Amino acid sequence: MRILVVEDDPILADGLKVGLGLVGATVDLVGCCVDARSALAAHDFDAVVLDVMLPDGSGLDVLKEMRAVGDRTPVLLLTALDEVSDRIRGLDGGADDYLSKPFDLDELAARIRAIARRAEGRAAPLLVSGELTVDPAAMSAVLGGAEVPLSRREFAVLSLLMERPGIIRSKGEIEDRLYGWHEEVESNAVEVHVHNLRSKIGRAAIETVRGLGYRMRNA
Amino acid sequence: MISLRRRLFLILLVATGVIWLSAVIWIYQVSRAEVEHVLDTRLQEAARMVDSLVAGHMPSSAPEPVVIPGGETTGYERQLSCQIWSLEGRLIARSAGAPEEQLAGPAPGFSERVVDGERWRIFTVDDAEKGVRVMIGDRLGLRDQLIADLIKGLLWPTLLVAPLLGLLIWVSLGRGLRPLGDITAALKARDAEDMRPIDASHAPEEIRPLANALNALFAKVEAARQQEREVTAFAAHELKTPLAGLKTQTQIALATSDAEIRDGALRQILSSVDRTTRLVRQLLVLAKLDAGSPTLPASPVSLGDIIDEIGTIGGTTPGCRVVVDPMLYDRRVPTDREILTIALRNLHENAVQHSPAGGTVTWRFTPDGFGVVVEDEGPGIDADELPHVRQRFYRGRSRSPVGSGLGLAIVEVASARIGWSLYLENRPEGPGLRAELRAPALNEAPSQV
Repeated sequence: MRILVVEDDPILADGLKVGLGLVGATVDLVGCCVDARSALAAHDFDAVVLDVMLPDGSGLDVLKEMRAVGDRTPVLLLTALDEVSDRIRGLDGGADDYLSKPFDLDELAARIRAIARRAEGRAAPLLVSGELTVDPAAMSAVLGGAEVPLSRREFAVLSLLMERPGIIRSKGEIEDRLYGWHEEVESNAVEVHVHNLRSKIGRAAIETVRGLGYRMRNA
Repeated sequence: MISLRRRLFLILLVATGVIWLSAVIWIYQVSRAEVEHVLDTRLQEAARMVDSLVAGHMPSSAPEPVVIPGGETTGYERQLSCQIWSLEGRLIARSAGAPEEQLAGPAPGFSERVVDGERWRIFTVDDAEKGVRVMIGDRLGLRDQLIADLIKGLLWPTLLVAPLLGLLIWVSLGRGLRPLGDITAALKARDAEDMRPIDASHAPEEIRPLANALNALFAKVEAARQQEREVTAFAAHELKTPLAGLKTQTQIALATSDAEIRDGALRQILSSVDRTTRLVRQLLVLAKLDAGSPTLPASPVSLGDIIDEIGTIGGTTPGCRVVVDPMLYDRRVPTDREILTIALRNLHENAVQHSPAGGTVTWRFTPDGFGVVVEDEGPGIDADELPHVRQRFYRGRSRSPVGSGLGLAIVEVASARIGWSLYLENRPEGPGLRAELRAPALNEAPSQV
C-alpha cells in the first residue's frame, strides 16, 4: 500500500514512515501544503495521512482542494485539535477518518487499511482468490490451510493484485506500490517478486498479460 | 455602595424636606408680621373707641376704680385688657381681666412692658380734654400661641401627606429606573460565555453610554479570550505532536526485531524528549511573563556578562563563533537583569541555531548606543514571514527542528515588560538576521564604569 504522509514534525513523520513500513506500507513524506499538492498531483496514493496544522496553511484546505477536483483518495486526518466541532469540520470537509494525537500506531495502520479497503469497494477485510486468502492486517497469506511465508515486498505485490481480482496491474503500478520517491528501483525487481510469488502460491495463480502487466487468475 | 434607588430617594426626601421647612419658616415669618400688624391695629382702634366712649370730664376724685365685667371667656377672647387712668395717675376703670398695676408709662403710643410676670403690648391714648388716659393691652404670650396654632394647622396635614409623598417618590423612582433594571436583569440572565453586545437602541440616553462601554468591554474580553483559545489550541498542538512522535517511535522500538530500526527509534525518542523539554521550558517562561510578576528595580547590568553567562549555560553550537563587542562589558545598562536575560537568551539561541557551520554571531551596541544588536549569518527570514515571526508558535517554512515557535514571542513580551522594543530585519549587507533591542533607558542614563 502506498501512503502519503503530510506531517511537519520530523520525529513524528519519521515514526510514521518507519512504523507504517513495518506493517507493509510504502510511505512518502511531505511537510507542508505546497509539497502535499505537488505529491498528490504527481502520484496516486492508496491513502493520505494528513496533519491539519501545517506551517504554510491548513491541511483542511488541501483536503477541500482534493475533493473539489474529484480526487477520491481516502484521507485520514491527524491532528491535535480534538474538539468535537473540529472532528465534524474535518469529516464534513471530505475526510474519511480522524485520529487525535497522540495515537496508537497499530490503530492508525488499521484505520488506514479500513479506509483504503472501502475506497476499493470492499467491505471484507480478507482478500480471497480461490484457495488463497490474504490478511492485510496480519500481513499473512494462507493457501489451502497452510501459511505461506512472504517477504514484505512479495506481500505488497500479492495484495495489490488481489485487491481488484481480474484487473490487470502494470509493472509501473506495481513499482509505484513498492517504492517510495527516494528509493532506487531495480529494473527487474517486479519480475523477481512475481517469480518468487509463483513459486510459493503456484505458477498458474498469477497470469502475465503480455505488454500490459499481471493479474490474478480466477480459480 | 448604597443602591441608586435608595440614594435618589434619600436625596429627594431631604430636598423635599428642606423646601418644606423653608416654606414653613417663611410662612411663619410672614404670618407673624401680618398677625402683629392686625393685632396692633386692633389695639389702636380699641383704645380710640374706649376713649370716645368715656363720657365727658372724669371727676378726678372718684373713690374706687370701676371694674367693667366681661362674660365667661376662653381662648383668645380674653385677649384685650383695658385700663382708664386719670391724667394725674389714678385708676378710674379697668376691664375684668386687666391687672391693677399700670400697664404702661405716661408716653402715648405703642409700648411693651412686663406686668405681673407677663409680657404686654400696650397702646396708650392721652385725652387732655376729658382728663383721661386710655391703655389697651395685649398679652404677647397669647399672640405667640395664635401664631403657633396657625403653624400647627399647616403642619398637621403636611405630616399626614409626607408618608404618601415618600411612597410616591419611591414608586416613581422604581418606574424611572426600570430601563437600568432591565439591562441588569438581561446581564444577570446571561451565562459566562455570552459576549454578545447589549441591545442599547431602546435605552435612555443616560444609560446608552454605559451600555456602549459595556459592549466595548465585552468585545475586548471576547478578543482576549479568542486569543487565549488560539494559544491554547496551538500549545495543545505543539505538545501533542511531539507526544505522538514519542509514542510512535516507542511502539516502533518495541515492535521491531531489527536492531538498526530500534536504535534509530531510540535516538528519535531522545531527541524528541530534548525538544519537548525545551518547549515546556519556553511555555513556562512565557506563562510567567504573561502572569506579569513585578519587575525588579532597575540596576546597572553588563550586557556582555549576561551574554557570556547564556553561552556558558546553554553551550554554543560547535562550529559557530560568538563575538561580543568589548563595549558591552564596559558600559552598564540600568534594567531588570532577570527579564533582560530571558530576552537576550532567546535572541542568542535563535542566532546560534540558525548559524551555518563556521558562521559568526556578533553582539554589539548600535552606533548611536541606544540599542543592542545581534547578527547571524544564517538564512534570515523571508520578507513575507517577517511580520508573523513574533506570533506565538509561528514557525516559518525554514523551521529548525529544535525551534519551539516561541522564542521571538518571548523576546517581544520580555522586552516590553522592561520598556524595551524589538526590531527585526534581514542584514542588508549579506545573508543573516539582524535583531535589535532598543532601550529608552540607554538614552537617559548611560553610566560609564
